[in-house]
Amino acid sequence: MMKTFREKLSGRVFFALAVSSIAALALITLFILVKGLPVIRSVGLFKFIFGMRWAPGRGEFGIFPMIVGSVSVTLGAALAGVPVGICCAIFLAEFAPAPLRNIFRPAIQLLAGIPSVVYGFWGLLFVVPLIRDHLGGPGLSILAGSVILGIMILPTVISISEVSLLALPRQYKEGALALGMTHWQAIKSVLLPASKSGIVAAVILGLGRAIGETMAVIMVLGNAVALPHSILDPVRTLTTNIGIEMGYAAGEHQQALFATGIVLFVIIMLLNSAAQFITREKKHK
Amino acid sequence: MKKARRREKLARAVIWGAALLVMGVLLFIIAHVLIKGLPVLSWEFLTAPARDMGRAGGIASTIVGTLLLTAVAVAIAIPFGVGTAFYLAEYTKEGAVTRIIRFSAESLAGIPSIVYGLFGFLFFVVYLKMGWSILSGGLTLAFMILPTLVRTAEEAIRTVPRSYREVSFSLGATKWQTIARAVFPSALRGIANGIILSVGRCIAETAAVILTAGSALRMPASLFSSARTMAVHFYTLAYEGISMPNAYGTAALLVLLIFLINVVANALVNRFVAKGNK
Repeated sequence: MMKTFREKLSGRVFFALAVSSIAALALITLFILVKGLPVIRSVGLFKFIFGMRWAPGRGEFGIFPMIVGSVSVTLGAALAGVPVGICCAIFLAEFAPAPLRNIFRPAIQLLAGIPSVVYGFWGLLFVVPLIRDHLGGPGLSILAGSVILGIMILPTVISISEVSLLALPRQYKEGALALGMTHWQAIKSVLLPASKSGIVAAVILGLGRAIGETMAVIMVLGNAVALPHSILDPVRTLTTNIGIEMGYAAGEHQQALFATGIVLFVIIMLLNSAAQFITREKKHK
Repeated sequence: MKKARRREKLARAVIWGAALLVMGVLLFIIAHVLIKGLPVLSWEFLTAPARDMGRAGGIASTIVGTLLLTAVAVAIAIPFGVGTAFYLAEYTKEGAVTRIIRFSAESLAGIPSIVYGLFGFLFFVVYLKMGWSILSGGLTLAFMILPTLVRTAEEAIRTVPRSYREVSFSLGATKWQTIARAVFPSALRGIANGIILSVGRCIAETAAVILTAGSALRMPASLFSSARTMAVHFYTLAYEGISMPNAYGTAALLVLLIFLINVVANALVNRFVAKGNK
């Protein structure tokens, strides 16, 4: 009797615990929507997203400059981080001698673990002055943010791309080499195309990390609410808008920050779903 | 043919160059922090309370704050994370339910920490009236590390050879006995690895912590006190330019901790893999 009771109970308990992830996601979605939607409704979705002015004191809430900021910094991060990351993944999967690989892999894990504030501070000390002195402008800029975020997305891009390269059957490479291809030709025309979906997922998840990062970019972007004219101009992103103003915002202003969070949340969920969809497609094949 | 060989050389050079660049940047960042920060670290720095907003004195309260916050987060997230992993790996077949659970967990993994901060502020700090406190911050971080725990624990459970379960069942053990006495002990290393990585994420987090635990520099009196973690302290000292030496000292301690956590996590995984291959 006792035994069957315990059996039944354990199954139910595990199920109840497993529902926690669903509950957590639902709670987060619900609370942010409930708090942020009223402002979007009173300002109007179109005016909120495409509005050029952010003046909480006067009740003006337009986040278009922040959207442009987030998108430009994220694209910049992709330009800076993705090619280097994929090359690094190819290095680890194909070229690195075993001892070097055994140093590189944990080092990249370390790169992923370092607090984002440390990256931001490093950017403020080295990247920002470098840009100011050699390229002009205030230094605090889209370019500085792109470089820092480009570094920060490396672990994501590298580890996921490497896993998908290593998951390929050995015959792919052996067949290509047997046909007389050089190692690089085999990589370029057989291995990379074959692991395309994994690498695309890696890039999308990297973009998600970049667009969601807050503390590091607060320090290097300059945070001005204005449309940038060049990559040397300062910008504010969706995340930094929340990070900077949450400390003192109240009332409608605070709700508007939650509304900014909704826009960010929707972008992230779209990116995540795309990455999940791509990796699942591959599994079904 | 010659062209192909030249291309091969060029490609090799570019790929090696990229790899060395990544290592170079990592070394630069770590070396900079350690060179500037290690000389600041001393017994007194670690154990004395901060004075004058952190301009003088040590960082004792921020170490305590970090430890308490992380302990709350991990203690709360472990049963849910590991329980979910056991459910996914042992108790069910792949179907609609597991798909929804997996989708939720993977989505949670992608949500930016500032959004966790917004949620934690609204739900724990305001709605449940816990105020800016270690409890609010820890609960928020528990939400954040849940997907990491689920993923690592599920992987660990799936690596346990099937024969363990078959032997256990053949000896007349029930499902629960098999899980508790055969599967769980063998998966323990892998689960521990996930826990340690989650600890690392909690220590490194800033955005979600500022919004939910606040940034009081006093020594926390209880779990209901507001607290400042090391990462938040570093951010405040460095960005507001309060004290560069103390900022570097805090950063060096953070980097050392993260390094230590990675070493331990790797040791656990390597032993775990070696054992599984036997």
